[in-house]
Amino acid sequence: MTALTLCQVTVRYDGPHGPVTAVDGVSLDIPAGTTVGLVGESGSGKSSLARAVVGLTPLSGGRIILDGREVGGRTVRARRHLGRRVQVVFQDPDTALDPRMTVRQTLEEAATAFRRLDRRARSERVAGLLDLVGLDPRLADRLPRQLSGGQRQRVAITRALAVEPDVLIADEITSALDVSVQASVLNTIRRLQRQLGLSMLFIGHNLPAVCYVSDVVAVMHRGRIVETAPTTALLRDPQHPYTRALLTSVPILNAPPPGEPAAPALPALPALPALPDEKLS
Amino acid sequence: MSVPTRSRRSLPSSPLAWVAATMLASLVLLALAGPLVWGAAADRPDPSAVLQGPSAAHPFGTDNLGRDLLARVLTAARPSLLLALSATLLGAAGGVVLGASTAVVGPRTRRWLATLINLLLAFPALLVALFLAVVLGAGAGGALFALAVASVPGFARLAQTLAAGVSGTDYLAAARVLGLRRHRLLRRHVLPNIAEPLLLSTTMAAGTALVALAGLSFLGLGVQPPAYDWGQLLNQGLDRVYAQPLPALAPGLAILYAALTFQLLGEVLAGSAARRAHAPQSPPTAPLPATLPAPLPVPDGPAGDDHVLQDHVLQVEDLTIELPTPAGVIRPVRGVSLSLRAGEIVGLVGESGSGKSLTALALAGLLPEHARVGRRTHRLLGADLTAMTRKERHHHLATGLAVIFQNPASALNPSLRIATQLTEAIRTHRGASRTEAAAQAEAALRRVALPPSLLRSRPHQLSGGQRQRVMIASGLMVRPALIIADEPTTALDVTVQRQITELLSDVRRDTSAAVLFISHDVALVAGLCERVLVMYAGTVVESLPADRLATATRHPYTRALVESVPDLTADRDRPLRTVEGGPPDPLAPAAGCPFQPRCPHRRHRCAEDVPALTDLDPGHRVACWYPLPAPAKATAS
Repeated sequence: MTALTLCQVTVRYDGPHGPVTAVDGVSLDIPAGTTVGLVGESGSGKSSLARAVVGLTPLSGGRIILDGREVGGRTVRARRHLGRRVQVVFQDPDTALDPRMTVRQTLEEAATAFRRLDRRARSERVAGLLDLVGLDPRLADRLPRQLSGGQRQRVAITRALAVEPDVLIADEITSALDVSVQASVLNTIRRLQRQLGLSMLFIGHNLPAVCYVSDVVAVMHRGRIVETAPTTALLRDPQHPYTRALLTSVPILNAPPPGEPAAPALPALPALPALPDEKLS
Repeated sequence: MSVPTRSRRSLPSSPLAWVAATMLASLVLLALAGPLVWGAAADRPDPSAVLQGPSAAHPFGTDNLGRDLLARVLTAARPSLLLALSATLLGAAGGVVLGASTAVVGPRTRRWLATLINLLLAFPALLVALFLAVVLGAGAGGALFALAVASVPGFARLAQTLAAGVSGTDYLAAARVLGLRRHRLLRRHVLPNIAEPLLLSTTMAAGTALVALAGLSFLGLGVQPPAYDWGQLLNQGLDRVYAQPLPALAPGLAILYAALTFQLLGEVLAGSAARRAHAPQSPPTAPLPATLPAPLPVPDGPAGDDHVLQDHVLQVEDLTIELPTPAGVIRPVRGVSLSLRAGEIVGLVGESGSGKSLTALALAGLLPEHARVGRRTHRLLGADLTAMTRKERHHHLATGLAVIFQNPASALNPSLRIATQLTEAIRTHRGASRTEAAAQAEAALRRVALPPSLLRSRPHQLSGGQRQRVMIASGLMVRPALIIADEPTTALDVTVQRQITELLSDVRRDTSAAVLFISHDVALVAGLCERVLVMYAGTVVESLPADRLATATRHPYTRALVESVPDLTADRDRPLRTVEGGPPDPLAPAAGCPFQPRCPHRRHRCAEDVPALTDLDPGHRVACWYPLPAPAKATAS
């Protein structure tokens, strides 16, 4: 069980009109064995934060602390140290897997990234991993293009779990999936998190999906976290106007019949002009 | 590369492929056997037959020492081809490593490498080759090295461009997070994924290198006597080309033949690569049906659907779409019927591959050319579109309906001002004058709550939500009776989505246009629409009032779909409902109900007969032999 703490993390890019601050002093605490949801709209900086945490994007400021020890650095060695403990699953099932590698090759590569396994142990490991995420072991010798989107996303999750990380970052892992597939991937990730005692940062723009898997939800807006609260408290009593705007915008199945406004008018919405991504203050 | 399409790969499939393969085989054979068979004859001087023209004993004549030129041309195949191939491979290897490593190094090194490649590209390759050949001294080795170095920048640029495509992918990012070392990233993830196009251009480059090497030898910079290659022979033959053309022509023809072989080979490889890229991306399929499945029975509509419905804006009966794919003809839409009254907003819900977007495109006459559309009725505003000529239909569709697409960024032309895009349609179809059109465009922008000053902007200056508003304004310009909105909010944020759906509702209320709202989001459709059609595998499986979606669905698929959507009140300790299995293979549709293999309530009959869409009560139709029981409270309202 490992706790991940982000301390004043800042990420800046060189945009076409000068530097852009994608993540602006974000502090977030992911206690051991819990899931923290990070919700925000496009351009809010949540994916930049995910990439920074796993070392794919350099930090412009702040620290990432794993069990009380600061991690990070630009060397391959530092990245390997981080990769052994923190893994990530990305959004797009189309590019998540190397199109030239079978499921088995992909998983073996991940399983042997930090330890040596003989041929037999490797094969057992692959079978065990596929079983863990509920995939048919016969899929092991397929190429990614022979799998459905949901299956590919499960393989991507399996690859991340193959190194037995302590912390899993899930970056929009269901946004490219159909609703019924999303449900089964959500079920799987929630079960795995509990079963393996993972600490998880679950990033998404779909508030119901994020709330479904998370114990605590943080709301991100324009590079900053505007509110963090336990899921039930956030849903019951949102404090920040932006959180309220998000909550009222979520379409709900049991809405009143059309013709009349679906919900009370939204005083908070006009205050949110469209996000010009480059001009973050 | 263990791609399981070996059977298609191993045999050349087209006449061109056979020609290329035969030519390549002849070259290989010549390079292997040439020196063994003709080597002795090529080196045997014959003082009695110096500088002879073609004769029976020497078909191409002899050279200044009386050696047989035919034998020399044939023997020279090996050195010529070997030199060309080595130069190409050496250059390709250097270039590819240089270019592909840009994908795995840090940002600073990447910038340096890119600058280096740009710098190298600034020098013309042939000039570099000549310069180096001179500097290194005349000789085969020098020429080979010079040519290899000269071809490095071209390969490096190609590899760099291809590798840039890989470096943005999630799998490379994931491999980095796994802590793989750079050479391993390069070897396992980057190189295999750019190998195919590189192989093609290497093949083509071999032909060019052959000509270039012959050129260097011809200029006296390449192979030196007594060794010889085709370029050398050409050089020697040229002295007497006016007296006897054949001794000069023969090595020239050999060069041409070999260069042509490599070019053809490249073409064939490129062709087969393109075909593989178009192969279906779906799971491996069952054997293809030899013939098309028999047409589906036409769903029995309720009485009254077959004649013209006067107050209906849109009326489509039994819409079927066939699309040819490399693997066979598929029917992604099979027998869809729908109708919309003026001012009605109807949702069309389905998952990817259900055929909902193709249905929309067919309604708007926007299907790709090769698609085949069948329908019994297709009326827009009462006019029968099936009876019209192509031009009439185009005009009627352009003035009667508007389509709003998912991605406003690609639906707007980036180089045109908003004003031009808004006024285009009415100036073409309604013959409006410039000032009239401008006034209407301003009104339309106000309608969608955008300032008229935006007319002078270009699309890239607007946010995603603003662009979608412009799309709606553009649709409103023709005062359409029907708005087809195909996932109009899927690319937008949830707060912006809310604004756009409210705008659509307002537009419908004020202009009494009918709206067909296509979406994968059940909850969104339930809140926005009056009626909802649920599509699965190209058919409408349920048609019901939107307020029944939450609790009173009757088709097992619809119910499972609705229950799989997490909402904010979902119990976090209970797993979400899922639908096991996947949608049916469009290439091999099974008999019976399309949902049957995944249906928890299936019975014997479901696998045999296709259920038609039948009325349960007015306003609620379902295509299921055994509809789920309705909850008691749901029949009210």
